Amino acid sequence: MDDLYRELIIDRYKNPQFRGELDPNDITFEDDNPYCGDHIRVDVRLDENDIVTEAAYSGEGCSISLASADLLVEYIHGKTLEEVKALTKDDVLELLGIDLGPVRLKCALLSLKVLKAGAYGLGEASDDLVE
Amino acid sequence: MIADQQQLAALDIPKIRADFPILEREVRPGVPLVYLDSAATSQKPIQVMQAMDGFYRNSNANIHRGIHTLAEEATAAYELARERIAAFIGATTPKEVIFTRNTTESINLVAQTWGRANLDSGDVVILTEMEHHSNLVPWQLLAAERNLRLEFIIVTPEGLLDLESYAELLKLGPKMVAFTHMSNVLGTINPAREIIEMAHQAGAVTLVDAAQSLPHIPVDVQELGADFLAFSGHKMCGPNGIGILYGRRVLLEAMPPFLGGGDMIKRVELRSFQSNELPYKFEAGTPAIAEAIGLGAAVDYLSEIGMQAIEQHEQEIIAYALERLEEIPGVQIFGPEAQQKGGVASFMIPEAHAHDISQVLDSDGIAVRAGHHCAMPLHDKFGIPATARASFYLYNAIEEVDKLVDGIYKVKKIFA
Ligand SMILES: Cc1ncc(COP(=O)(O)O)c(C=O)c1O
Repeated sequence: MDDLYRELIIDRYKNPQFRGELDPNDITFEDDNPYCGDHIRVDVRLDENDIVTEAAYSGEGCSISLASADLLVEYIHGKTLEEVKALTKDDVLELLGIDLGPVRLKCALLSLKVLKAGAYGLGEASDDLVE
Repeated sequence: MIADQQQLAALDIPKIRADFPILEREVRPGVPLVYLDSAATSQKPIQVMQAMDGFYRNSNANIHRGIHTLAEEATAAYELARERIAAFIGATTPKEVIFTRNTTESINLVAQTWGRANLDSGDVVILTEMEHHSNLVPWQLLAAERNLRLEFIIVTPEGLLDLESYAELLKLGPKMVAFTHMSNVLGTINPAREIIEMAHQAGAVTLVDAAQSLPHIPVDVQELGADFLAFSGHKMCGPNGIGILYGRRVLLEAMPPFLGGGDMIKRVELRSFQSNELPYKFEAGTPAIAEAIGLGAAVDYLSEIGMQAIEQHEQEIIAYALERLEEIPGVQIFGPEAQQKGGVASFMIPEAHAHDISQVLDSDGIAVRAGHHCAMPLHDKFGIPATARASFYLYNAIEEVDKLVDGIYKVKKIFA
């Protein structure tokens, strides 16, 4: 538990750095975690070379889902669209620096699922994106 | 305020707890389990496990049709369980008691058989805004197929059903009124008898979702006047994978079968079949035999302790829990006051999301549920994505409420 609520997570939850919406944007997507009703939207702006120049997230959720969204959005600044598409579950867990059980894992990966669904231009987000 | 143990003289809690081996476990070394999630599923007493174990050790065989000792013992035990369950809920005959997998399957059975036979374009089905998804989605599926009109009894800000809105809806001439006896989020115990009486006066058939009520308060289908009543074994000290649909005999007789296959037929030809009699008409394929026997043992266990005593115990616990929770600064509690509800307390605190509350409580061994509790429309109505829910049962001691409250203060400290 003490691990789970590392300072980084509590801090990003209480003082998010990348919370907001971008309008206009090049990529926007939102989705829910059907198990708990958490909701996250991610907006991304790209330059002419498909490099992320700006990104933000909004929505509602627990400390794990919101802190991981904040860290993930920070992380993709300067990455190419292809790099964003290639992100995995392990990248998010590394950002968070904690191990999670199967239920909280869904919280942690919601923002990645949303981001990748948007990056691939999908109509619907799927768990396959983050497995 | 510290609880007075004497108030709970109705149940011998240490004796009851000794029947539930899991309650002795530590969640991690030195941290005992405080199980406050019985609305999701109850723990199981040793009596239920022994009944199931005994079946597999001594009598395991498929039921019906076998002419050997084990088959006869298995059949007798399965049917005895049905008789005990029938008596427990006040059915006029065991034929009115159908074994299903759970409440969800029981409700789907009614929607798919009674519903398909009796509902057509433009017909009205009345539900409530506090339904579990299992009493919403089966009707939504049928509504899409048959072009039905679904209407909802309003839930007041206090978490009660607005019976005036119900009286208005009844003027639409509904064919079915399906509602939960007790809300799994708000804890509200709805006036089932009155709701059913009003429905009958308007000519509607009724279905009661008793998943939360039947494990915790005395429920008698005759007294309620219910046409259909659904519940799950796993929430009432029984095993998973077994549930009940009670239906009034005349209704069940007139309904087409649900699943097709073995056991539900009287006679089969290559291109046709004749349905079996009740209750077998609705029990296609090999049923969950050990689970049915386990549920029979659970009913015996609850009967011996007494449903009234269990109800009283939970009344005392919930009254105390609400009182203690209300002391917590900023806490928001959903649902009516203690007298109008069962042992369910859903709450939020401003500092932390329900998941985080639950996670921190878990570090002290306290199990509560976090989320929308399969009632998304109700959470939407109250404008909240998720709540934390503590729910109580016959084996919970009042000191466990104090541990819960201490745990919530710990959450507040971490997220302050
Ligand atoms: C009110 C209510 N109805 C129905 C159900 C569904 O029960 P089951 O999942 O056993 O089918 C539940 C269980 O959570 C419930 O609380």
